[in-house]
Order: sequence, then C-alpha cells, then structure tokens
Amino acid sequence: MHEMSLAVAVVDQVEAAAKSRGAVGVSSIELDVGELAGVVADALAFCFELACAGTVVEGAELITRTVPGTARCEPCADVWAVGMPPRLLCPGCGAAAGELVSGRELQIREVRWAGPEAAREERRQPITEES
Amino acid sequence: MCRAVDLQRAVLAKNEAAAQILRTELTSRGTTVVNLLSSPGSGKTALLERELRLAGERGVAAAALTADLATENDARRLARSGAPVKQVLTDGLCHLEADMVARHLHDWLPESTRLLFVENVGNLVCPAGYDLGESLRVVLASVTEGEDKPLKYPTAFGLAQLVIVTKTDMADAAEFDETAFRAHVEQVNPGVEVVLSSVRDGRGAGVLLDRALAATEGNQVHTPVMARAGA
Ligand SMILES: [Zn+2]
Repeated sequence: MHEMSLAVAVVDQVEAAAKSRGAVGVSSIELDVGELAGVVADALAFCFELACAGTVVEGAELITRTVPGTARCEPCADVWAVGMPPRLLCPGCGAAAGELVSGRELQIREVRWAGPEAAREERRQPITEES
Repeated sequence: MCRAVDLQRAVLAKNEAAAQILRTELTSRGTTVVNLLSSPGSGKTALLERELRLAGERGVAAAALTADLATENDARRLARSGAPVKQVLTDGLCHLEADMVARHLHDWLPESTRLLFVENVGNLVCPAGYDLGESLRVVLASVTEGEDKPLKYPTAFGLAQLVIVTKTDMADAAEFDETAFRAHVEQVNPGVEVVLSSVRDGRGAGVLLDRALAATEGNQVHTPVMARAGA
C-alpha cells in the first residue's frame, strides 16, 4: 500500500517545515487529494497515525479534501466533471480532452502549528500567512 | 499563536526530484528507462524475456531491473536472455520509487546500456503514482483480465504512453472483446497506442523494443491527457 509512503512524505515535509520555523507542535494538516491521484483517504489516515508517532507531528489532525476531476476540451472550450472512472472524451464533440484541469493534486494545502502559545490562545481565530 | 501556512509543496516532491535527477543522469550517458506496469500474472516477465532476447539479436544493449516483493525467480528467467539483469526485492513495498532504482544501478548497470527496462512490482495501483525517471511508461494487460481493466485502474492506464495486450493467443478462449477494451482505454487515455502481443505465437514481437528505441531518439512519445494537468 503506497499510502504509507505518502504518509511518511507528509510527515517528513511538515517536520522539516516545523524545524525551519522552530514550531514545537502541529494541530492540523490539510491535504488536497485529487479524485484521480489514486489515493485512498482512509488508508492514508490510518498510515498517517503510524507515521507521525514520535514526531513533532504526533497528535495532529489530518484533514483530506477531495478535489474532483475536471477536464477541458480545446475545440469547445467546455469544462466537465470527468467522474470516476474518468471520461476524458468531450461530452459535446467527442474529442480527446485537451487537458486535465484538476483531479491529480496531492498537496499539503495548509498546516496549523501548535505549541505552548497556541494552547494558550486556542480559542482565537487562526491567522493565515498566505491565502 | 497558531498559524496556518500554505506549504505549497507536492507530497511526492521528493520522488519527483529523485526521478528527474535519475532521468537527466541516464539520458546524458545515453540510457533510456522504460517503466513496465501490470497486475501480477499478466505476462510481463515473459514478454520482457522475449524482447531482451530480440535486443541481443539486434545488437541493442538492453538491461533489466526487476522488482518483486520476494524471490529472485524473475531475474533468473530474464537472465536467460543474456542481458544484464538485477533483481530488486522490495521487502513488502508494493511499488518502486526513483531512489530505489537509482540505488540499484551503481556497480551494476553497464555504461553502454541503451535501454533499461524496469519491471515494476505486479500491481496496478501504487506504481502508477511514482515516476522512475522513465522516458516511456508501458502498461500491460492480458486478455484474461477483462475488458474493463482500464476503467478499474484509470490512473495506471491513464498515464501510460503505450498499452500492450498480452496472451492474445488465448483471446478466443477468454472471449476477449478487443473493441470494448480499446474503447475503455480510449476513455481514460485518448490517443494512446494499443498493441496486441503473444509470446506463444510471436504476435507483436519486437514492439516493446521498437517503441523503446523510438523513445531513445526523442521521437514524439504520446503524452496522456492525465499527464497534461493544467494547474
Ligand atoms: Zn469538445
């Protein structure tokens, strides 16, 4: 199951980011997972629990957001939800999709850091550094 | 204070970076990697053995790296072709990653190798997500696996640059519907080439070798829609 490798990759990247900013804890990690990324969210959640044990990430909540697959037809400029299994032929003209607009994402969207200060101010709205 | 930070880094960035380094390193010395994906039992090893033998006959320096969870049986079979072969035991891991391939090349792969075939672990799910520094990705499906295989494993079929149907000598017995299979491939990977092959009756002999050689010359390899992600 490759979800274990993915979970380890998530933990590694968040740990590195935590180290570089001196964070002592993580309250949540939000992931964008495309419908066509070939990732099973439940399996990923299970592996994440194991992968984060003993790291600065331990105890963090993993939130996965499924990004639907959409494709675009060049001749028609149509954008459609490809569904699962994906239909990459244009529903309008039957041409091959020019590109997949979304659906293969596998990204860390957001990390919320936690620490002694976070615990003290936990009722506050989090400040977003970037959009 | 608790802050939200958008890391904007792909989770697979580490593998992608390793794959890119491997691709650059190998292409610059004239070695092209071909990544072979299929489910267990689809006839990957038999096809590869035939193509390696043909490569030998044609004087093309080809080698194979074969991955399995356990046993060195495939390496022994492939070695009968006379090509340099190396077995990778993944110790339970269901797919290969770029750094595993890179690690196994040192002290083994002859400098003169033109084609390196990587026989991935038999699995159509996990290997699909990992770039191994290949210039050509091939997915195999045998006629006994059912026409809807491309729909069941859309990522594997959707990212392939070539689809090879194996064991076609058994197509009638398996009641394989070629038209339906082709339509399903087309749905997830419009424009990809589908070739029929049988090791038993010799159909499609040399097709993998020919396409791999074409890729070494940088000849327009098919770019799947799924690999043409906009964002
Ligand atoms: Zn159209």
